[in-house]
Amino acid sequence: MAIEPKELTPRERMKIPRQPMPEQKPEIRRNNFDEVPLGYDEETAITEANRCLQCRIPHCIDGCPVNIDIPAFLKLVTRGEFAKAAQKIKETNVLPSICGRVCPQENQCENVCVLTKKYTPVAVGRLERFVADYERSHNLVVDPVIPPQTGCRVAVIGSGPAGLTVASEMAKRGHKVVVYEALHQPGGVLFYGIPRFRLPGDVIKSELAYLEKMGVEIHVNTVIGKLASPQELMDEMGFDAIFLGTGAGLPRFPGVEGENFNGVYSANEYLTRLNLMRADNFPHSATPVYCGKRVAVFGAGNTAMDSARTSIRMGPEDVTVYYRRTREEAPARNEELEHAMQEGVNFEWLTAPVKFIGDDNYFVKKAVLQRMELGAPDESGRRRPLPIEGSEFEVDVNTVVFALGFGVNPLIIEATPGLETNKWGIVKASGETGMTSVDGVFAGGDIITGGATVILAMGQAKIAARGIHNWLIDKKGLDLPKEEAPVPASKAKKEKKEKK
Amino acid sequence: MHKIVYKEELAPKTVMFKVEAPWIAKKIRPGQFVIVRLDETGERIPLSISGWDEKEGTLRLIIQAVGYTSNKLIDLEVGDSIRDVVGPLGRQTHLTEGGTAVVIGGGYGTGAVIPSALEQKAKGRRVVGIVGARSKNLVLLEDDLRAACDEVFITTDDGSYGRKGLVTDALADIMAHEDVGAVLAVGPVPMMRAVSELTRPKNIPTMVSLNAIMVDGTGMCGACRVTVGGKIKFACYDGPDFDGHLVDYNELTMRQRTYKPQEAEAMKLYESEIAAKTVKA
Repeated sequence: MAIEPKELTPRERMKIPRQPMPEQKPEIRRNNFDEVPLGYDEETAITEANRCLQCRIPHCIDGCPVNIDIPAFLKLVTRGEFAKAAQKIKETNVLPSICGRVCPQENQCENVCVLTKKYTPVAVGRLERFVADYERSHNLVVDPVIPPQTGCRVAVIGSGPAGLTVASEMAKRGHKVVVYEALHQPGGVLFYGIPRFRLPGDVIKSELAYLEKMGVEIHVNTVIGKLASPQELMDEMGFDAIFLGTGAGLPRFPGVEGENFNGVYSANEYLTRLNLMRADNFPHSATPVYCGKRVAVFGAGNTAMDSARTSIRMGPEDVTVYYRRTREEAPARNEELEHAMQEGVNFEWLTAPVKFIGDDNYFVKKAVLQRMELGAPDESGRRRPLPIEGSEFEVDVNTVVFALGFGVNPLIIEATPGLETNKWGIVKASGETGMTSVDGVFAGGDIITGGATVILAMGQAKIAARGIHNWLIDKKGLDLPKEEAPVPASKAKKEKKEKK
Repeated sequence: MHKIVYKEELAPKTVMFKVEAPWIAKKIRPGQFVIVRLDETGERIPLSISGWDEKEGTLRLIIQAVGYTSNKLIDLEVGDSIRDVVGPLGRQTHLTEGGTAVVIGGGYGTGAVIPSALEQKAKGRRVVGIVGARSKNLVLLEDDLRAACDEVFITTDDGSYGRKGLVTDALADIMAHEDVGAVLAVGPVPMMRAVSELTRPKNIPTMVSLNAIMVDGTGMCGACRVTVGGKIKFACYDGPDFDGHLVDYNELTMRQRTYKPQEAEAMKLYESEIAAKTVKA
C-alpha cells in the first residue's frame, strides 16, 4: 500500500515534533511483565519518519554500529511501505525488532542526527521497532534467499547478539553455520538477561526462526569447551573456522563481608531465574527465587535497572538502587533510569556497601552502607568515589542483587590453548578481522570488550564475519572477491559529490 | 530429548536411569556432572553420574526423590524422555597419588564415587570403598562398588547390615592399618565434614564433592558459590570437588536451605498433581 509521500519542505519537516511513544502507565505496568512501550501506529510512524531531512551526508548511518541505511528505510516508512522498510534494514541487520528495542540510539544514530542540535532527533529506534513488528504481525516476512553454498563450515559458540549476527552474515555468504548454545534456550543475554517487559521472548523467537530459515542450525544444551574444544571442532568435526561469542557472563561480587548470605544474588542469577526460568510463575514454573520485602540493587547500569524493574514487578514493599557515584555517571540509559523511577524504584546515589548482616537462618537482613564523595578522575575518566569517614548507616534488606559488571567466562578460554587475553581475561582480537591469536578462531562481542551493548557486539560480529569470510577465501581457495571494510557513508557521499 | 532406556529401583524413592546422551558419554570424566531439566517448565538441577557407556551412548543417573523435580523424575518410565541433559560440567576428580585410595559414598552419593574408583583401580592402585547408609535397604550399588574396589566396607546407622556405625568408624580402621594416600567422599554434608575432620590431623588429601544449588552450571550465575580456604569458588566451574579440609561446610549447609519453603510449596503441588492423576485413573 504505497502512499504518495507528502512533499514537505525541510522547514515543514523540522516543525513536526518528535512523536512520543505510547507506554503502559507506570502504576499498571509495575504489576505485569508485559512490554512497557506499546509501539507506534501507522500514522504516527509516517509522521515521525517525515521528520527525516534525508541529509545528503547521512551521519546516522555511520553512527550505527552495523551501518543500517537509515534514510532509505525512513523514506520507505513515509510512503507507507513498512514491510519493505523492514527488509531494507535486514540487508544489514537481521535482528531489527531486537535492536529497535534495546539499542541505545541516543548515543548512536540519534546522537548524530542533524536535528539533534536544534531540535530533537528522528526516533530511529522506535521506527525500526515499528517496521519490524509490522512485518511480523502482518505475516509479511519474506523468506531469505539462500545463496549458492561455498562448502565451508563455520561453528559459532554462543547464541547471543554477536553469535547470531555472525551466523546470519555467514549464511548470507553461503557458508554453512552451526551455532552452539550452552543453555536450553538460544538467545544468550537477550533471553536470560533482558527482561521480557523490555524484550518479549516471542520477538526473539521470531528472529531466531528467521535465522533458521537462512539455513543456520542452532544446537542448544551444548557446552563447547567441555564437549569439544575449538581445535577439536576444526580437526575432528570438519569446521573451517570458529567464532567465539560467549559474552561476558562471569558475575562480579564486591568482596565484602556477608555477600554469600541467602537472598544475595548476582544480577545474572536473579535475572536468569526470573527471565529464562520464569520464577515469577513459581511453582507452576519449577524454579524458585527469593524476592523479599525490601530489595537492594547495587550498580546503576542497564542490568541494575533490569534487576530493579523486575523486582518491582514481584511486588515487594521497597526496591532501592544504590550506586557509589551519581546519576551523571550512571551507565544505564536515561530511558531505563526514568522508567525505573516512574515505576517506583528508589535511588540512593553516592552510596556503597560495607557489609551485610544475616539472620539465624543465614538470610541477609541488613546492609551496612556508607556515603561516598567524588574525588579526582580515575583511568576511566570518571571521578573516583571516595568513602566519607564515619558515614556508615544500616538499612533493612531481604534481597540483594549485585549488578556490578561482568568478567569474561574463562570456560571457553581454558579450552583454547594459545588464546591470548589481556590482564582482565578479555580475549584479544584484531580490530580489522576479529581473528584471535589462534589461527581460524575469531571472536567478537562482550568476550573482547568485557561487557558492552547488544549493538556493539553486533558491530564487532560484522567485522569478524568479514574477517572469517576473507580468511575462508584464502584457506579454501574460494573463487570469490575479498570484502573490504565499508567506507563510512559520510565519506562515500562526499567523494561522490566531489567526483561530480 | 534424552530417552530413558533403563530404569531400576535401587532403594525406596531412589532410582537408577540410563539415559541417551551420546556426546556427553564420549567426553565425561570421573567427578564431572550434568544438569537436567525435566520439561518445558522444569528447573535445572545438577546430578552426579555413576557411570557411562560410550558405545551405547548412555549415562547412568541416580536420583533420590527429595523434592518436586526429583519426585517427578523418578516417576518417569523406560521410553520416556528428559528434555534437557547438559554436560559434562565441572572438573574431573584428581586424587593425590601414592598409597591406598579410599572412596566413601554416603547414601546416594555412592554412585558418584564409582567412576573414580574404577579409574584409580585401572591405574593399578589399591582402592578401598566405604558405603554408609541409615539401614540395609538404603545401601546402593554394592555390587558395582565391589567390582570397582579391592575391598569394600559397609556401615549402617542401625546395624542392619555391615558394621553398625558411621563411615568414619570404618575409615579410622583403614587408616590404622594401611597407608591411605587419598580420600574421596561424596554424600551428605555432615558425612563429608566428618570424614575431612578425621583425615585432617594426619594430613591425608581429602576431596569432597559439593552439591550446591545451581542454575546454569557453567559459571555464569554464582548461585553455587562456596567458600573454600577463605575464597569464593563456584562449585559448578571450579568444582564440584574441593579440598575437604578447606571447605566452609556451615555456609554450604545454610545455602542449601535457601529455598526450603518454596520446596515445600512445590511438593504440595506435586502431591496435588498425583492426586488429580489418581482420580482420573
